Parts: sequence; C-alpha cells; structure tokens
Amino acid sequence: MESSLSYESGHDLNLKATELRLGLPGTADEAPEKQFFPTKRTSSEMINSALDSDNADRETCAPPAKAQVVGWPPVQSYRKNCFQPKKAEPDSSGNFVKVSMDGAPYLRKIDLKVYNSYSDLLKALETMFKCTIGVYSEGEGYNGSDHAPTYEDKDGDWMLVGDVPWEMFVNSCKRMRIMKGSDAKGLGCL
Amino acid sequence: MNYFPEEVLEHVFDFLTSHRDRNAVSVVCKSWYTIERFSRERVFIGNCYAISPERLIERFPRIRSLTLKGMPHFADFNLVPHDWGGLVYPWIEAMAKSGVNLEELRLKRMVVSDEGLELLSRSFANFKSLVLVSCEGFTTDGLAAIASNCRFLRELDLQENEVEDHRGQWLSCFPDSCTSLISLNFACLKGEVNLAALERLVARCRNLRSLRLNHAVPLDSLQKILAQAPQLVDLGTGAFVGDQNSESYHKLQSSIQKCTSIRSLSGFLEVAPCCLDSIYAICLNLTSLNLSYAPGIHGSDLIKLIRHCRKLQRLWVLDCIGDKGLEVVASTCKELQELRVFPSDPLGVGHAAVTEEGLVAISFGCPKLHSLLYFCQQMTNAALITVAKNCPNFIRFRLCTLNPVIPDPVTSQPLDEGFGAIVQSCKGLRRLSLSGLLTDQVFLYIGMYAEQLEMLSVAFAGGTDKGMIYVLNGCKKLKKLEIRDSPYGNGGLLKDVGKYETMRSLWMSSCEVTLGGCKALAKKMPRLNVEIIDESGQIGVNPDDDRQKVEKMYLYRTLVGPRSDAPEFVWTL
Repeated sequence: MESSLSYESGHDLNLKATELRLGLPGTADEAPEKQFFPTKRTSSEMINSALDSDNADRETCAPPAKAQVVGWPPVQSYRKNCFQPKKAEPDSSGNFVKVSMDGAPYLRKIDLKVYNSYSDLLKALETMFKCTIGVYSEGEGYNGSDHAPTYEDKDGDWMLVGDVPWEMFVNSCKRMRIMKGSDAKGLGCL
Repeated sequence: MNYFPEEVLEHVFDFLTSHRDRNAVSVVCKSWYTIERFSRERVFIGNCYAISPERLIERFPRIRSLTLKGMPHFADFNLVPHDWGGLVYPWIEAMAKSGVNLEELRLKRMVVSDEGLELLSRSFANFKSLVLVSCEGFTTDGLAAIASNCRFLRELDLQENEVEDHRGQWLSCFPDSCTSLISLNFACLKGEVNLAALERLVARCRNLRSLRLNHAVPLDSLQKILAQAPQLVDLGTGAFVGDQNSESYHKLQSSIQKCTSIRSLSGFLEVAPCCLDSIYAICLNLTSLNLSYAPGIHGSDLIKLIRHCRKLQRLWVLDCIGDKGLEVVASTCKELQELRVFPSDPLGVGHAAVTEEGLVAISFGCPKLHSLLYFCQQMTNAALITVAKNCPNFIRFRLCTLNPVIPDPVTSQPLDEGFGAIVQSCKGLRRLSLSGLLTDQVFLYIGMYAEQLEMLSVAFAGGTDKGMIYVLNGCKKLKKLEIRDSPYGNGGLLKDVGKYETMRSLWMSSCEVTLGGCKALAKKMPRLNVEIIDESGQIGVNPDDDRQKVEKMYLYRTLVGPRSDAPEFVWTL
C-alpha cells in the first residue's frame, strides 16, 4: 500500500511526526504535493504553538494563541453549559467591557454578548466613536483607516481584534482600545 | 406483482416498518409507489431543507409521524452561527393547514418557537408524542401550551435542549383529565417545577413508563413519586441529595426497592454519594446507566456502583472513571454494547483521565461492544489494533483525543494503522470519527475497507486532497461527511461532483476550498445547495475574488432549490 508520505522505515522515533513547524501535521518536508501558504494561522498551528513555548521565531507577530480551539474537544454546548454553572450568573448580566479611543475624553462600555460577529461589533464601534475602522486583513491589520481596534486578553496582552475566532475573542476580551495614527500602523503585522 | 389487489399489497407493506424498506418498495413501479405513499404513516427527513413541507404532504397525505433534522452536526460544537436556520414552524403550519392527522413529531437540531408549539398543540386533535433533541428557541410557555391542549399526550421527551425557563407553572397545565402519559422527560429544564402538581400527575398516569426529572426535584419528591409509580422502567433522578439518617431517606429506600421494573437509570445531577446505597437494589437489573451528568459520583463510589451492574448493555460515564474504573467495567459488564466516556473537563484544557489502556481493557472484557464514543488523553496504534481484533462488531466508533493532532505516544507515528485496523476488522462499521495525527494513509484504508460507512467525521487531519478523494471514491454508502481544519481544497472538492447527490450532506470548515471552487461546484450541480457561511462578512465585501478561502461551507442535495429562509450571512451559490 503506497503512501504519499515517506516515513522511512529506518527511523524508529520518526521525530518528523512530532516536529513542530508551520506546516500542517502530516505534510512531509520534501516539497508537499499541495503548497499551503497560510494567510491565516490555522487551528493546528495554534495548537502546535500553544503546546510549544519557544515559538519566538515564527512568522507571526501575535503572541501564541491559547491551547483552546473552538469546538474542540467536540462536546455538545448543552453539556458544556451544564458543567459551568458558575458562568450562569455573570452571563445573564451581559459581558460589558470598557472601550477607549485614543484622543477621546472619556471611555465607553459595550456588552459583547449583544454582538454575533466581528462585523457587528466593528460597525457598532464605528457608530459609537464616529470613526472608520476599515476592513480586517490578515497581513496588514485594518485597511482603509487610521484606526486599529485592539483588546486586552486574559493574559494582559494587547491583541489585534479579528485574529481569533469570535467566540474565543468574546471569552478572552477584558477591555478594548481603538488605537489611532502611527501607533495603529505599528501594531499591524508587517 | 400487479396480480394482487391494492388491499393485499397494502397489507404486505404494513409489515415494512423501516424507512429504507419503504423507500425501496416505492421505486419498484408506479402502482407500488402509489400504494406505498398512501399507506405511509411514518416519514423520516434527515435534512429539513432537502424537501418542502408542501411536497411532503402531497406525497404522504396520511402521515402521522414526522421526524426532522435541521442544523448540521457541527452546530453542536458552536461551528454554526445562531440564526443559521432549521426552523420547524413552516412544517407545523403547512401540516395544520392541510388537515394532516399528525400524532408524533420528532425533531433534532431544529429551532422551535413557542408559537410553533402553541400551533402544534391546537391543530392536531390526536397529537400524542413530542420528542425534541438538541433543539432551541422555545421557552416553558410553549411547553405549557402542549400540556394544556394535547388531550391525548403520551410522550413529552426533551433531550438536551436549550430551553428558556420562565419558572412558570407549565407542569401544572396538564389538566386533571390527563392520564395518558407514558413518557415524560424534562431533565434539561433549569427551573423550578410545581412539585405537588408533578406528584399528582404521576399518580394519575398509571401507564407511565419513563420519567426523567430535572435538577429542581429533590429527594423527598422522588420518594413520593416512586411510591406512586413502581411500574417505571426508565428513571432519571433529579438532585440526589439527602440526609442518610432521615426517615424520608428510609422511605426512599423502600420505595426504590419496589421499583422492580427499572432497567434504565440516569440523572444524579447533584448527588451525595452516601445516598447511593439506596439504588444498589435496582442495579442488578439495569441495562442502561447514564452517569455522564453526575460529576459527583466518582472514585470508589463509582466503582462500587458499577460492580452492582452486571447486566449493563449501555453505559455513559465521565472520564473520571479512569482506566482502572474501565477495567472494573470490563470485568463486570459482560453484556456491554454501548460505551460513552465523556470529558469531565469539557473545555479540554486539563488532562483526560482515560487513555488507550482503558479502551483495551474494555475490548477484552466486552466483546459485544458495537457503539463507542471515547474522549481520551492519547491513543496508540497497538491499542486500536487490539481493540479491532477483540471487537469486530463495531457499528459506531468515535474516538476523540484531547489534543486533536497527537501522534501515537509510543512510536510517534500517526494513528493511520490503528484506525485502518478498525475499518478492516469491523465490516459493519457505519459511523466513524477520527482524531489524532493522521495522514492520507488512513483515508486510503477507509476508502478500501469501510464499505458500510455512512458517516465520517474528520478534524485536523494531515495529508493532501488525495485523502478526501480516497473516501469519496471508496465509501459507496457514504451519506454524511464533515471535515474541519484539514488541508483539502478544490482538488478534493471537485474530483467527483456527482458523488454529492448520493449523499445527504458535506460540511467543510477551515479547509482549503476557495470561493471559486464552491462556485464551480454549484454551477455543475444544480440539485445541490452549496451554502457559504460568511460570518466575518469578508466574502460579502469581495464577492468576485474567487481565490479567497471559504471558512465554512455546507452543501446538501435538495429537491427544492435554495432555501428562502437563509440569513444574510449565508450565501447559496
């Protein structure tokens, strides 16, 4: 039975299988039949980087993602909710976070639970702060404006809004800041 | 065969109860089709968007029982946005208007509204049975309507639904004249119920066989209920917490002992382990035990309980049972057919307490095992090969490693060989879920050996388009394929487009398919709905950029074209 990958019989340990690199698991390091240029960190990369602490030389600029992947392990959300009764109380009163914008005289508060997606949230922020945030782009931050929406996550790191799946963002966002001008450009992955 | 008068054929068809048999019979010839359609009373629709309510009623005017499934399976894991669809209201409305004599409605992963339940309760005088599994969108007000208006209700079975609880008196809405209940399951409701009303209801429904209570029903209510219903066959307890030394606890023990018909036990949503003594008496005859919502039962209490259950055929537990606990299961439960081991820590951040060792022990002790769902820390090829040899009767085999790309920890190899052994040995395998480090090789095996496979779930697999192609080419009976976070692109998607008309559906998320690939598929196959779920709005911004990757695609065969209730973030190409 032929295999498209060469796991040479001489290598008992086959470290290649566990080697952590940017490619998806299973792709050999001779030219893979299918070129895969990640324009977005795939979930498997996130898993690999979360499990490997010395990730500093990766191409991405954001700190390693958490070890949680959306929908994994595949446990029904009903079952998950049963095991997290503590969440019930804070959840029912909304998930309010402070939002600051550079140059604005005061902060605002928004309830993240009210929104279903990044586009909902960003539209609301644009209305609230009367600014243009533009369109998210993996490689260039936010195109078409001088502003970049950022947030502080549970670790205390400042992240660009939009990199991680929506649910993960809602669960980890503690506060937000809309950066302006040269600061905003600096945060984009260049 | 047309020598027989219609009535004779109808009588013969009466003996055909399975949907597949009836479907097969209906395509033999025109007259069989006609006879069959007028005599069909039970219809199963695996994808509510494959057909319309109007066409269903037109073909099967005598329908009495309808089973509908809505959202794709991955909706269970938050991969499908709310408001995607799957509303049942149009079905209820259409049947109500057409004067269908609906008696039974069974729904899975659908959106049910209070208005729908109200309409249901008022439109069908003989309505008897409502079964809702993993549904959402309704409140206890809708249940109140069902209780109030369905005079001949036999079954109200709510399994794992998200129900908004208005803490009202829905249970009190069953009139005093209601004595027909056979099955009542409200374990998934979060709110209080009127305990006195519940006790009276149980007392007057002498045919009650199955009763599953929610968290809010305390031990002393349970005692009163069991005293009135010793005929119960299936019991789900509510909170199982009480004072072992109290008189009510002693009463409970004697009430339970009189329930000699109980074969299925679940619940223990909250539990004081010292109270478990009371149930040992019924353990000997149990064939089904579900402790997967009972994190309070673990360690030696759990083991002790299991040791009493020698006749168990189905066991659902949490992984805190550990490999050692599974060894006890293996030595005690020789009749075991179905095992599910769920993570105690559903976020998966910690460590699962079971490994391949527990599964191997089970396979040695329980050769009749045919259904498995197993969340574990790790798995080895050697273990899977052993399991395959010991248990060749698997119909459902679902394995989930906490780290989705973990290799065999002993050899560092992918798990291709292990799963390959499973599909080769288990010739009747119909459902398979893979996890761990995987390459194209495992899919080559699946394509070669899994001849009866109907549903395959793939997550974080490695390899190339070849993997997907092996499966699509090889698995002749494939109905549902769901793939996430795997490197399959247009090459795999477009290789054999005709295949999708032989299947119910295909889900691909976080793969490599592009907008152009999906468009090409939609163009070639007009009888498929190719839906793109565009949550971020990016596709909407650049609808002509065919090179962009599609984050979530769901396609399914249908006879009725694009659905009219698609929300704005869903594009049907």
